[in-house]
Amino acid sequence: MRWPDWTADLMGRLLFVTRLAARDLRRRPAEAALLLLAIVAATATLTLGLLIHGVASDPYQNTRHATAGPDVVASAAPPSVAGEPFAEPAGRPADRAALEVLAGLPEVAAHSGPFPAAAATLDAGGQRVDVQAIGRDVAVAEVDQPRVTDGTWVADGEVVVEAALADALGVRVGDQVTVNGQAFGIAGIAVTAATPPYPIASACIVPCLFGDPPPGVEPPDGMLRDPGLIWLTTADARGVAESADALSYVTYLKLTNPADAQAFADTHMLDSLGAPLLVPWQQIVDQVTHLERNTERTLITGAWLLAALALASIAVLVGGRMADQIRRVGLLKAVGGTPALVATVLLAEYVGVALIASAAGLTAGWLAAPLLTDPTAGLIGGGVEPAMTVPIVASVTAVALAVAVVATCVPAVRAARMSTVSALADAARLPRRSARLIAVSSRLPASLLVASRIAARRPRRVVLGVVSMTVTASGIVAALAANAQLNAQRGGAAVDLQSDRLGRVLLVLTVMLIILAAVNTIFVTWATVLDVRHTSALLRALGVTPRQVSVGLSAAQVFPAAAGATLGIPGGLALYVAVDPDETLVPPLWQLLAVVPATVLVVAVFTAIPARIGAARPVAPTLRAERA
Amino acid sequence: MSDPSTEPVLRAVGLCKKYGTGDGLVRAVDGVDLDVATGETVAVMGPSGCGKSTLLHLLGGLDRPSAGEAWLAGRRIDRLGERALARMRRTGVGFVFQAFHLMKELTVVENVELPALLDGRSPRTARTRAAELLDRVGLADRARFLPSALSGGQRQRVAVARALSNEPLVVLADEPTGNLDSAATADVLRLFEDLHESGQTLVIVTHDERIAATADRLISMRDGAFVDETRLTGGTTGNLGALAGLDG
Repeated sequence: MRWPDWTADLMGRLLFVTRLAARDLRRRPAEAALLLLAIVAATATLTLGLLIHGVASDPYQNTRHATAGPDVVASAAPPSVAGEPFAEPAGRPADRAALEVLAGLPEVAAHSGPFPAAAATLDAGGQRVDVQAIGRDVAVAEVDQPRVTDGTWVADGEVVVEAALADALGVRVGDQVTVNGQAFGIAGIAVTAATPPYPIASACIVPCLFGDPPPGVEPPDGMLRDPGLIWLTTADARGVAESADALSYVTYLKLTNPADAQAFADTHMLDSLGAPLLVPWQQIVDQVTHLERNTERTLITGAWLLAALALASIAVLVGGRMADQIRRVGLLKAVGGTPALVATVLLAEYVGVALIASAAGLTAGWLAAPLLTDPTAGLIGGGVEPAMTVPIVASVTAVALAVAVVATCVPAVRAARMSTVSALADAARLPRRSARLIAVSSRLPASLLVASRIAARRPRRVVLGVVSMTVTASGIVAALAANAQLNAQRGGAAVDLQSDRLGRVLLVLTVMLIILAAVNTIFVTWATVLDVRHTSALLRALGVTPRQVSVGLSAAQVFPAAAGATLGIPGGLALYVAVDPDETLVPPLWQLLAVVPATVLVVAVFTAIPARIGAARPVAPTLRAERA
Repeated sequence: MSDPSTEPVLRAVGLCKKYGTGDGLVRAVDGVDLDVATGETVAVMGPSGCGKSTLLHLLGGLDRPSAGEAWLAGRRIDRLGERALARMRRTGVGFVFQAFHLMKELTVVENVELPALLDGRSPRTARTRAAELLDRVGLADRARFLPSALSGGQRQRVAVARALSNEPLVVLADEPTGNLDSAATADVLRLFEDLHESGQTLVIVTHDERIAATADRLISMRDGAFVDETRLTGGTTGNLGALAGLDG
């Protein structure tokens, strides 16, 4: 069978373009590897962010379904003096009757309780945590029957520990614990949808406090801080309470229309002394998924930051390599290559790298996703796997391709439009001239004079350096702010697995940002070294020492980096607020102040090696090459 | 006319530069001995690839010899570290290259003042010196032009002015007229005559007999070695341009 002419022609061109692109990549394996790394980092992060979208709330819904989760949790605590939340108890019992009234309302389809709840301290394996100890019937409740995942349900003299609390404490069925000094065995481990898993802040059934108290408020001695949840029999709950009047009560309500839970709470929660607190299930979902949403937003934002850095990497790389490829472009044109063919050859390399990188990024993100989406021990749903869908694959691949094409198209088109004669003559772009900077730099020592004039030759490269470092510093500052917020949220909780996980995500993103910024810095420095090799040789012929040239090359990168880091501080804070408008905690001042000097130090280190290599190039051959 | 002293300002003893090994060994400079007295003009001639430029780079500390010694003003320079070599080049040597090697983004005066600035002189001093030198090479009215706006001869005169910026002990010129037409060559030739008359020590590598004729001494080079040396009569008269038929 013979191929049609047009097919053979197309195949021939495709083979030609592929062969040229592959050979050029093979000629510079280090650059290709760094480029791959940059795009893989961005695409893997984006994949992670897209994969965990939506899976966060699934485990809660599973748990809610399996435990006949309440639509509204109504609780009544002993009233405090003047009704202030952080005041001493007034010495009167909780309004249990008000809970019974709520249970009788026509919107309520079913209920369980009121159950007594005691403020308690749990000692287990040398650890001590505050807990809300809820007394429950041995019989199965119609609403909120916690699902026992290990062991059995409550029995006299035995407690059931909420699964996330048990996980955090490392206790198991059969272990011995004390509750307010009384010994109990652990009968079981259970999950519930009536409260978020430990240590996520939830509504206080007994008087308690999550996180730090409001400024100027001193909680009374003995008030529970960041409590967990255990269940006992009602008799045991009454037994561990300080007194009968110190007991709180909780009722779990199922509404005829669960979607109206918020409206029900708004209508029936009275602003009066000792009135029951009503918590709709939507609020619990928000609390459960808050950190998951933060993780998702953090990953998506991080992915865009990394994509921006990858874009800068490619732009610098392509720009730097174009200086080496001008003669190649001329040769291509001289042997009959059309401008479109020249542009295609240049684009093909980077599009090929982007496609490989997006495949690697998708795989890496998919493999890493379970580490982030594995639900807390306090919820049912370990079987929920993040699903790789066609839209996710398409989105990630599109972003990778867009990064490659956007960064490459300008130099590719410029090369395609270059005249064959100019290209064959290897006529490099003329450097920019900044008369004011030249005048000002005349007053500087030799190294800084060299640095400022090198920087001024390629203002677009300087802008790219500033933008790259602004993106990096913004990401780091935003991560610092998020970390400060996480530390505040951890409060007094013994262990906070979810916060730890988000903390790890922030750490990984920060490290990736720094790695990509380092790659960019090395790219920019090396592109500059190549661009100014003739100038460096000439300066050395005029008596500039290699060290002065090296310092000049480094300083030419350090100044834009310092500017970028400075801009990154407000940028990062703005980014943090934009990502999570609810959180406004600012990182410690010393951390913000350390961003710029740390950036300068790191950039100086990363530019030192390429700058030294550039400065140590032999002078005579370089000057001879210019003449050739 | 200058009066060359007997003490050499520039000296080479058994200078060698080899590239490659085995069958690929190239002796670019092969055992060259040379003394250049203060105020003397020496021209080195030879065919392309005979090692003239390499010799000049060795004498100016731009390249390191494989063997032998290079001395400048009584100081052995072939063993100096890169920093010391750079300092030596800064004030001891002025280079003039065939390809001019001017910085394209700097104006004429900015190019000329650059070595003085790199030597730590004040901007005012450097600018004043540059203006004097441009006046001397006849380009005072082109001070604010970019090199791209100048002819080849003018660019080479700017390069000469730059080489003189720090009043070097010796000016090393590598094919200074190699890229120039006859008229521009005449201009540069006159400039070198002026320098010679003012007592500037010059070593000029060239394959152009006309510029070689301006020297006190003419050395012929072939395959990396000196093969002949001639002390030229009238080489310091200042009329060699006329002899070479370049006037007018």
